[in-house]
Amino acid sequence: MIWATIVMAIREIRRNTMRSVLTTLGIVIGVGSVIAMVTLGRAATAKITADIANMGTNLLIISPGSERRGPTSASAPALKVDDAKAIEREVAAVSKVAPTASRGALIVYGNKNWSSTVTGSTNEYFAVRGFTIAKGQSFSDAQLQGGTPVCILGETVRKELFGPQDAIGAAIRVGNVSCNVVGILASKGQSTFGQDQDDFLVMPLSAFQRRIAGSNDVGAIFVSASSDKLTTKAKQQIEALMRERRRIAPGQANDFAVQDMKEISNTLGSVTGALTALLGAIAGVSLLVGGIGIMNIMLVSVTERTREIGLRLAIGARGAEVLMQFLIEAVALSTLGGGLGIVFGLAISFAATRALKMPFALAPDIMLIAVGFSATIGVGFGFFPARKAARLNPIEALRHE
Amino acid sequence: MAAAVASRTAPAPVLVELRDVTKVYGVGESEVRALDGASLRIDDGEFVAVMGASGSGKSTCLNMLGCLDVPTAGNFLFRGVDVGTLTLDQLALLRRNYLGFVFQGFNLLARTSAVENVELPLVYRRVGARERRARAMQALEDVGLGARAKHTPAELSGGQQQRVAIARAIVTQPQLLLADEPTGNLDSARKVEIMKLLVELNQTRGITIAMVTHEPEMAEFVSRTVNFRDGKVEWDSKSGEPPPRSGRTSVPGRAGPP
Ligand SMILES: Nc1ncnc2c1ncn2[C@@H]1O[C@H](COP(=O)(O)OP(=O)(O)OP(=O)(O)O)[C@@H](O)[C@H]1O
Ligand SMILES: [Mg+2]
Repeated sequence: MIWATIVMAIREIRRNTMRSVLTTLGIVIGVGSVIAMVTLGRAATAKITADIANMGTNLLIISPGSERRGPTSASAPALKVDDAKAIEREVAAVSKVAPTASRGALIVYGNKNWSSTVTGSTNEYFAVRGFTIAKGQSFSDAQLQGGTPVCILGETVRKELFGPQDAIGAAIRVGNVSCNVVGILASKGQSTFGQDQDDFLVMPLSAFQRRIAGSNDVGAIFVSASSDKLTTKAKQQIEALMRERRRIAPGQANDFAVQDMKEISNTLGSVTGALTALLGAIAGVSLLVGGIGIMNIMLVSVTERTREIGLRLAIGARGAEVLMQFLIEAVALSTLGGGLGIVFGLAISFAATRALKMPFALAPDIMLIAVGFSATIGVGFGFFPARKAARLNPIEALRHE
Repeated sequence: MAAAVASRTAPAPVLVELRDVTKVYGVGESEVRALDGASLRIDDGEFVAVMGASGSGKSTCLNMLGCLDVPTAGNFLFRGVDVGTLTLDQLALLRRNYLGFVFQGFNLLARTSAVENVELPLVYRRVGARERRARAMQALEDVGLGARAKHTPAELSGGQQQRVAIARAIVTQPQLLLADEPTGNLDSARKVEIMKLLVELNQTRGITIAMVTHEPEMAEFVSRTVNFRDGKVEWDSKSGEPPPRSGRTSVPGRAGPP
């Protein structure tokens, strides 16, 4: 009998094509949009958090100029290597310090040239920024101290200049300085903001200062706090030290800035979290609208269905048999709609995360909530009017208007 | 219950019997006494025409006989069982296995072909799909609609819909067939055809029939005529008394007592 009832329910679904399609569509749109939006929002959050972690471990960046006016303010005195040394010596919460200076330069190898950025720094720089040397080696102490013109290439620079050739040991020209390649960095790819993080090369700070910049200024000091929990403390200590070194009177504003990447990450994380919540809420509205659509369709058809139930009862169906048929119908439509909605939502979020190069992760909790909600509405409004009708006597049900 | 409802062969109790049945619709001001102390007994094999003015309670009586409705007061016995004591499910089984009903308003399923409409009672009787189709087609042939089997009610004329409703009621070969104005929408040739079909079902298959009609000339096909007035049986051809106001609402049946 169950089989006959299923067959009957399926026939009913086909017979009422319009009603079935609209009901299913309501569920598909509701479920699909909720899944797509929430999955996308979460992917964005995950992406941003991962990218910021990727910029360096427990990274703090010290740069001259007040925070408000921006780091390139001309009036603020430049940082020096001594500042980096002082931080390393005196701030307990810090594990690695890398003074850096950068400048754009044309890089030439053979008949190829590539416009990129050259950064002068120390071997600490790689650790602080989360780079590893894929090939060759880091700078030797002699090279660092003596200002030897050697360089370590970012992957993009290597690819542009050397292609499939081996770069180690080759002599390239950086600006108008001839320079030997001693190492290649492992690729980090694009940052959150679409920047190519591999498009640069590094040379010893002393060499950079002497041969390229022609000054012993340091553009920024990259610092790694000794642990994840100590970034705030390290920031405070660095600020105190720098104020002292730069003789800033109490009450006067800093003429340098200390950026804490974790803070930025948290801020961005909470922004994208809020965004996810917003997207979720918008999608929730579409789920609700879909639900109301289903409700309307079901309620509009109540009269016809009540009469149909009356007829079925009159020709000998038991209440339970009629109900089973309506329940199967409602469950089938809800399941179909929910399934299609999941497919639709996942397809959209998959395509979008692909296009935006974001990590794709399933959101099973949201899938469950969305499907649960629409199934409840579908079954509720399909089944409860039927249950009411099945409790009438056949004549009452047949007379329903 | 099945035992109580009994088989055809056993010396069965009276098929159906209304005992002083009252049916009240609505309450207070709007109260309507559709049946007001009606008593009626129908035996196996009878072909009864139920007549009476509009609103006299004919449909209500037929619904009662068809176990579609229950009395407000009084008793309705089906094979000696008081239907008032049965559950909704038991009533459903009674309708499923012993009764066929032609509604005054047809009540066909919309957007469903004629043959599928006719099959419906067989579905609940657990008849297999193939046999179901064959019997439904036969029933449609019987009412002269074999060629219209695939049409939906919307594609059929009123008279054709009525014949589909008749086919649906006879397809199960019920013990008791209740028909509420089954010939109301038919032309006179069709009427005669349908009446002949009913007479044949009554005589060759032993189906007991109660049929509401407004047309005295239909009474010539039946074995008994019952006349309703204000929710009561005003006159019964079986009693042998002459009709109260002859010519207006009733005519004696051909097999009425002398
Ligand atoms: N569900 C109902 N609610 C209220 N009143 C009803 C209901 N069903 C029937 N009635 C009333 O009961 C009375 C008898 O109705 P019934 O349908 O039995 O008449 P009838 O003899 O079949 O009339 P007709 O020949 O017009 O079909 C009528 O006055 C009708 O208005
Ligand atoms: Mg009537």
